[in-house]
This record gives sequence, structure tokens and C-alpha cells, in this order.
Amino acid sequence: MRDIRWRLALATIILTASGYMAVSPVQAQTDTPSAIQRQADQPAAPAPVVAVTPAPDAYSGLASTHFDVIAASIAQIGSQETPQAHDTLKALASHHLFAGNDGHALYIHDGDGWRDVRTGIPASPDPNQVHPVRVNNRVRLALAEVQAGQALVTGTPAQRLAAASRLAEHPDPALLLLVDHALDTSHDAALDATLKRAKAAIILSPGAPVSNPATLLAAVASLRAQGGLTSRAVLAGFAGNETAPTQARDAARHAMASIDRREKIWALGQQAFYGLSLGSVLLLVAMGLAITFGVMGVINMAHGELVMLGAYTTYLVQKGVLAVAPGLSGFTLVLAAPAAFVVCSAIGVLIERSLIRFLYGRPLETLLATWGLSLIIQQAVRSVFGSTNVAVSTPGWLSGAFQLGGMTITMNRLAIMLFAAAVMVALMLVLRRTALGLEMRAVTQNRRMATLMGIRTARVDALTFALGSGVAGLAGVAVSQIDNVSPNLGQGYIIDSFLVVVFGGVGNLWGTLAAAMTLGIGGKTLEPLLGAVSGKILLLVLVIVFIQRCPRGMFPLRGRGIES
Amino acid sequence: MTDPTMCVSRRDFARFSLAASAAMLVGGKTARAAAPTGEPIRIGVLHSLSGTMAISETTLKDVILMLVDLQNKKGGVGGRPLEAVVVDPASNWPLYTEKARQLLAVDKVAAVFGCWTSVSRKAVLPVFEELNGILFYPVQYEGQECSRNVFYMGAAPNQQAIPAVDYLLGEDGGSARRFALIGTDYVYPRTTNQILQAYLKQKGIADADVMVSYMPFGQSDWQTTVSQIKAFGSAGKKTAVISTINGDANVPFYKELGAQGIAATDIPVMAFSVGEEELAGMDTKPLVGQLAAWNYFESIDTPANKAFINAWHTFTKSPKRVTNDPMEAHYIGFNLWVQAVEKTGTTDHDKVIAAMVGLKQPNLTGGIAEVLPNHHITKPVYIGEIQDDGQFNVVWQTPQEIPAQAWSPYVPETRNLTGDWRAPISCGNYDTAKKACLGTRHA
Repeated sequence: MRDIRWRLALATIILTASGYMAVSPVQAQTDTPSAIQRQADQPAAPAPVVAVTPAPDAYSGLASTHFDVIAASIAQIGSQETPQAHDTLKALASHHLFAGNDGHALYIHDGDGWRDVRTGIPASPDPNQVHPVRVNNRVRLALAEVQAGQALVTGTPAQRLAAASRLAEHPDPALLLLVDHALDTSHDAALDATLKRAKAAIILSPGAPVSNPATLLAAVASLRAQGGLTSRAVLAGFAGNETAPTQARDAARHAMASIDRREKIWALGQQAFYGLSLGSVLLLVAMGLAITFGVMGVINMAHGELVMLGAYTTYLVQKGVLAVAPGLSGFTLVLAAPAAFVVCSAIGVLIERSLIRFLYGRPLETLLATWGLSLIIQQAVRSVFGSTNVAVSTPGWLSGAFQLGGMTITMNRLAIMLFAAAVMVALMLVLRRTALGLEMRAVTQNRRMATLMGIRTARVDALTFALGSGVAGLAGVAVSQIDNVSPNLGQGYIIDSFLVVVFGGVGNLWGTLAAAMTLGIGGKTLEPLLGAVSGKILLLVLVIVFIQRCPRGMFPLRGRGIES
Repeated sequence: MTDPTMCVSRRDFARFSLAASAAMLVGGKTARAAAPTGEPIRIGVLHSLSGTMAISETTLKDVILMLVDLQNKKGGVGGRPLEAVVVDPASNWPLYTEKARQLLAVDKVAAVFGCWTSVSRKAVLPVFEELNGILFYPVQYEGQECSRNVFYMGAAPNQQAIPAVDYLLGEDGGSARRFALIGTDYVYPRTTNQILQAYLKQKGIADADVMVSYMPFGQSDWQTTVSQIKAFGSAGKKTAVISTINGDANVPFYKELGAQGIAATDIPVMAFSVGEEELAGMDTKPLVGQLAAWNYFESIDTPANKAFINAWHTFTKSPKRVTNDPMEAHYIGFNLWVQAVEKTGTTDHDKVIAAMVGLKQPNLTGGIAEVLPNHHITKPVYIGEIQDDGQFNVVWQTPQEIPAQAWSPYVPETRNLTGDWRAPISCGNYDTAKKACLGTRHA
């Protein structure tokens, strides 16, 4: 069990400081002896010879090696409404706080050099005699709690709202008084609602002061109406608490069942989102292949490597932008997409002109040659960038997630879905509405006739291959946001790409779309039922059976002129 | 020189190819260190330099080359220079068997340093036992094996997995009472999880509070699993994840955790196969506070570790290359082997194997590694939290080194087994209850 005494004390002190309750700080001090006591219990470090050992204060705990002592000290410091305390916690959060090995001295080391925490006077400690204040998850949690408590009382409206939502998700009984106080002084409907949620959660969490059954029932009802996994967690904890009134526990159990029912329905939506997002990734990586294999009939085993090169282009663009204009770092992906398209198209033209054009109509040789090429590209990338992953960071506007009802929509997946849709539309427009698209379709349907009509088929071949390769590069940009960027990246996608194109029907972009989404949603539906491994096996078996019955895929291209 | 305008003639080509193949044949044998004299001692390096495992194993090949280099500068072993014979099993398990046979039968190496995955170790085991070779295996593994011809320099489960679970159960680790065991689908995660499930049960964790899920190698879509973890964590008890995910799949897993907003303070993830090398390609800001259990961290500040890191940077000519746990295991194994050879004055396999038990070698991070009768070693255990610079911050460590248990006491079938390769027992799977050697050669 967590000891919450010192945090209760913290609440009272903050309220005292804000003039809400008249509690003597001395009393609060006597409530929090654990930090000092623990400090005294520790084996004394071999301290340098000092005339007078400084008296331990709230700060000394930070220099401890024990996480519980550090956490207790943070709570004590958090209760002091001084700029010094504020600076200390801020320095701790940003790794700028250092402690002397004597277990007492504390320094902030930031851009302005070293200074003593207690006095604020610049200092010059021996770097061998100090260490960063030890931090682990327990300390981080204590720090977050203290900062939420402070924000609730003294923060800006936005900070107060954020603190209240944090409390609703991480109910902390020690802060009940603060929540009550905030409720009394709140004049904001949104904040009010969030605070009420937080209060309901706190009342039901372990360690909360005993409430009467009516209050408990009201809190349960509030969480039941709120729904969601965090409410469910609080209710589950309460239902398992044997000291709580039976009636309220039963209500909590009913509320859990009700939330579970709602969650089940939302889970279907969530699964659909996962399926669509997996389908979008498949669609992106397969679209390029749908052009080179589907339209041109080239079995390009190096397709995955083109995706990989697109991801590496993203990496290089990101590195370049950071070096030249760090202010634009949020927009690297916007720059990387055209760059990857251009780079991969150029490489595509190179491959087509130097290798593939000699092998048209010889699928087996093409397969072998492009497979060899894929190994060459992989090894070349390994030689240049090393065999380990390179770091492609996700810009802020693409990280995180938002709640849509009971569903969690992750930003990067959503962006990939939209990106896939945009690429699909663009590709359709190119094929249907441009002269190049017309020529491409003409060459595909009847090469000899197209030549006779004056179309330069060699040029069209090169451009078509370049288009397919460029789209593979675009897929690389997207994949860099969710997967490893390593020389092996392409290998993970080549099988899936062929599967999608063949399943969907060679030469048909709509088929590719349908196949990608079918495989995506199918895979995500089977995964929770059978497990990822068996689910994948079953899906492949189903595809094989399907291909047996319909060898030309879901949407075969029909016509007399198709060259075999 | 021939006329530059001329194409290469057939004769030139033949001559060139002959010369090239001759050079390749002589290859490694011509490159010898100059300082120590005498017949060189050959050691084998059996690590994949291509294929999926290259990402991890190439580094280990480099470490051995560095150690050989340093040893030769110090005058070799017993006055004889060392010579590394490097082969590439290409992440192909049957090829490991073939290359191991080549090293032992053709190159007649004194010892082999190699393998990473358990499946590769299992593949070469029969060869080492048949030809009486010596293998130094540098990676943490699932235990349940004790061969006379293998020295296990990585952690057994009780030197990594069990202390890690203890940390999560304890107050500093968040007092977790619900565990999701997530792993890649192969022998190491399955065996480790089997041991952990037995251990958690003994610690009073109900079956309903343990979730087990396996994913294929190289899985890149973790959406479902992460949301399952989230739902699993909403039962009102502190939840932790124990990850035995291996290789490339880790990056998308952590990215998905970050994207779905699961912070280490909510649901911590304890990983057994994520080290400095794996983090090198990750943006670690969303991962701060996630945990890993190892017997070595690059960030541990000791003079020996500093010297090792400096030597590594000098050898690789790159100040960016990180060091990791299996590298230290090779460092320990290599030095133990040198000690054994110098002690016995011979590279004879039987004598070296006999001399190994009881040898001691200081760890890079403090403490002593001692070779135990079961051919494992004593190791300190560290729990580290990921920091935003991609390094680990040690938040917990064992007070002293822990001796390895080759056979898990938590699995009913192996509870009474012990390995002791000293006379008179001289057995890898001695049943202490029946007072008999079970007799099969290794497992």
C-alpha cells in the first residue's frame, strides 16, 4: 500500500498557503517524518570533513539514494509556495538537479552554470562529488502528482483543466481537499464537469476517506455515465474493496458490466479502425507494385527495397532540415514525401533502363535479376548507413491519440489512412485524366497497336516504372512513422504487397484497394480471436483457396487485348 | 599493363580469377599479428554477418576481433599470437551447423565464440558435443540446458527474468499485481514465460491476472496487442508488461505504446531483449521510464567500463557506437578462456574445459564473474530505465552477484535437476532426488 499521509499533509499545506484552511504548518511537518527518519536510517556516506553538518531540511531527501525518500521529499517541497521550490521541481523534471554525494548539498546545473538550490548563489562543486538526483517511475509519479496539485490551485484555466483531467485518470485521495476547493471556486462549466469526474474517481479509489453510501452510489453512477477504461479500472478496484458497503459494491459491479457492454460495441469500431489502418499500410506499399507488376507485368522483387529507400530518404531529409532550419522540423514529412517520390522515381528509371528493359517478356529472369538487385540495394544501404536502425522521429502533430467516443484514434495511423487515400486518388487521376495515363493504358492493353499509333513505348515503360517506384517511395515515408527504418525494412512488405496485388486482381487499382482492406480488416478481426500467428495462417489459407477458385483475383481485368 | 582500350581478354580474366581465388583461400591465414611469435592459436567467430540477425551479431564479431587485437598487443596467449577465423552463418540455422563443423574439423579452432538466438545454439550443440569443441555463448537465454561443451556467459532466467519480476512486484517498481507477458513466438519467450508463470503463481498472482500473447518475428502492427494491454490494465490493479519481444519488432511495439499514450508511469514495460543497440534507432522520448533488465549497462560508471568503451570507440573508429550486455559477456568469456589456456599451458579442449570451473574474471561493471560447475557464471543484475538520450539509468541492482541456475526450480520437470561438470558427478542434468544422471547428452 502506498503511504498517503504525507500527501494529505501536502494538500492541507497548499490550501493553507492559498488561504483556504487554517492549519498550522507545524502540524503538517510533524505528519511527515518519514523522509527525515529514513534519511537518518541510511548508512552515512563517507562525508568530507565539515565543521558543522547542516541540519536536514525538506530538500535533503532529494540527495538520497532511496526512491521513497526522494518521492517524500518532492511532496514536501511541493507544499512550499516559494519560487525556490518551484525552480527545484522544474530542474528535477528537466534533469538539471544535482545532489552532492554528502547527502545534503543540492545544485541546479543549467544554461547559467551551477548554483546552490537553497541559497540561489552560484556555486562550483567538484563534478566528482555530485550526481544527478535519482529518478525512477515512482519519483516521476510523485512529481506529476505534486505538479497537478499545484496547477489545480494556482494554474491558468488551461493548466487547471489539464490537472483536473489528469486527476480523473489518476485519482489521488490526498488531493480530495484541493478538488473540493477547486470545485467551490470554479466558474467554468468544462472545469466543473472534469472536477466532478475527478472527485467521483477519488471517492472510490483505495485510501480515500470513508464516505456515506449515498455519496458512493452517486460517484458510481457518475463513473458509469462517464464510461471508459479508466472509469472501469476505478470501479473494479472499488468492487474488490472488501471494506466498502455491499450495496455500493454491487452498484459498482453493475456499472462495470454496463461499461463492458458499451466497450464491446466500441471495440468493434476500434477493430474496424485497426483493420482500415492496417489495410491503408498494405494499400500504400502495394500501390506501387500494382503499377509495376499489375500494369507492366514486371515481377519486381526489389519493390520492398524501393519502399526502404523512401524511408531512408525521409531520414536524410529530416537530418538535413534539422541541420539547416531546425524551426521547420515539424514539417519534415511534408518535404520528405516529394523528395522520396523524386529519389525513388529516379532510381526506378535507372533500374528500368539498365536492367528491366532487357528482360521484358521473361518473367523468371526478371524475378531473379530484381531479387539480386534487392540484395545489392540492401547491402549498399547497410554499408552506407550501418546495419542498425536509424532514428526517424515523429513530428508533434502526428504523435499521440484522441478519443472518439470509446475509441482511441492514433494520429499517425489516421494520417497514414488519409495519405493512402490521397495517393490513391492522385494515382487514379494520373491514370485516367492525363496523357501519360492514357498512353500507359494503351501500352498495357496492346503494345504493338500503341507503337503503331506513334506512342514511344520505351519512354512510357520507363515513366510507368518510375511512377510505380515513386509511389513505393511515398509508402516508405509513411512506413518510417510506424516501423523500423533498417536495411531489412523492405523484406517485411514484399510478400504482403504481392499478396494484395494478386488477390485484388492484377492490373486493377480498385482491386488493390479492395484486397488491401479485406486483408487488413480480416487480419485484425482474426487476431484477437485466434492470436496473431494462427490468424495470419488462416488468412493465408483463405487467400490460397480463393486464388484457386478465382486465379485472376477479386476484380480481374477483362478484355481481348491484354497481353499475357 | 594491358592496352586500356582493349577489353579484358579471356586469359587475363582467368589469370585474375585464379589470383583472386588464391588470395581468398589464403585470406585470413596470411593476416597475422607481428608481435608474439610461435604457432598462432586459432579461435572461431560464429556470428551472422548478413540476414536478419546481422543487426545484433555483427557487433559481437567486432568485439572478438577487438579482444584478439588487444590480446596480441599484450603478447598473445602463452607467447603465441591469436588468430580469429570469422565465418558467416547468414542467419540461417542449418548453416550454423555446417559452419560450426567447418570451424572445428577443418580450421581446428581452440574455441568458438558465437550464436545469438537459442535456435542457432540448439543447431550447433550436437556438433560441439560430437567433435568435443568449446562454445562461448554470450546472450541471455531461457536456461533448461547444460552442455559440457558450452560455456553460457549470458544470464540464465534467475539472473534476469526473476529479479526483474521481483522489482515490478516491489514498491519501487510500482507494486504490480497484474502481468501481461508479451513475446515473439519462439523457444526463448515461450520457455521464459513458462518459468515466469510458475513463479508468479507462487507469488500469489492469480491466473486471471496473467495475460500471455505471442507475435510472429518481425511483427510491425501492434495496434491490437497494445489495446488489449490497455483493456487488461483496466481491472483496478497496477499492471505491468513483461516483454520478451525480440529483434526488429520492438521498435513498432514501442512506437504504438507511445502513440496510444501508455506511459511508463501507468503501465511499465520490462524488456529482456532491448538494449542500447536496439534503442539506437528509436526516438526514446515517449519511452522514458520503460524498463530493461540486464547484467550490464553502458551507462554504469566504472573505470573498467570506461576503458572498455574507449577501446571500443578506438577500435571501431566511431565515438557513436554503443556497448551492450552480450558484448560484455564476450569480454568475460574471452578473458576466462585466455586464463584457462594460460593456466593449463595448452589449448587441449578437455584440459581447458576442466580448468574453466572456478576461474574468476572481474566484470566491467564491478563484481566478479566466476565459472560455476554448471558452466554458467555468476552475474550482477541491473534494472535500468530508458532515458531520453537512449541510455539506461540504473534504478536497482542486486547486492551481490547471483549464481546461475541452469535448470529452473519453478518448472516441475526440472525442479530437482542440477548441472555439475566436475568429477565425480560430471553430468549436465543430475537428478538430486534420484541421485542419478539422466544421461542424455545435453537437454
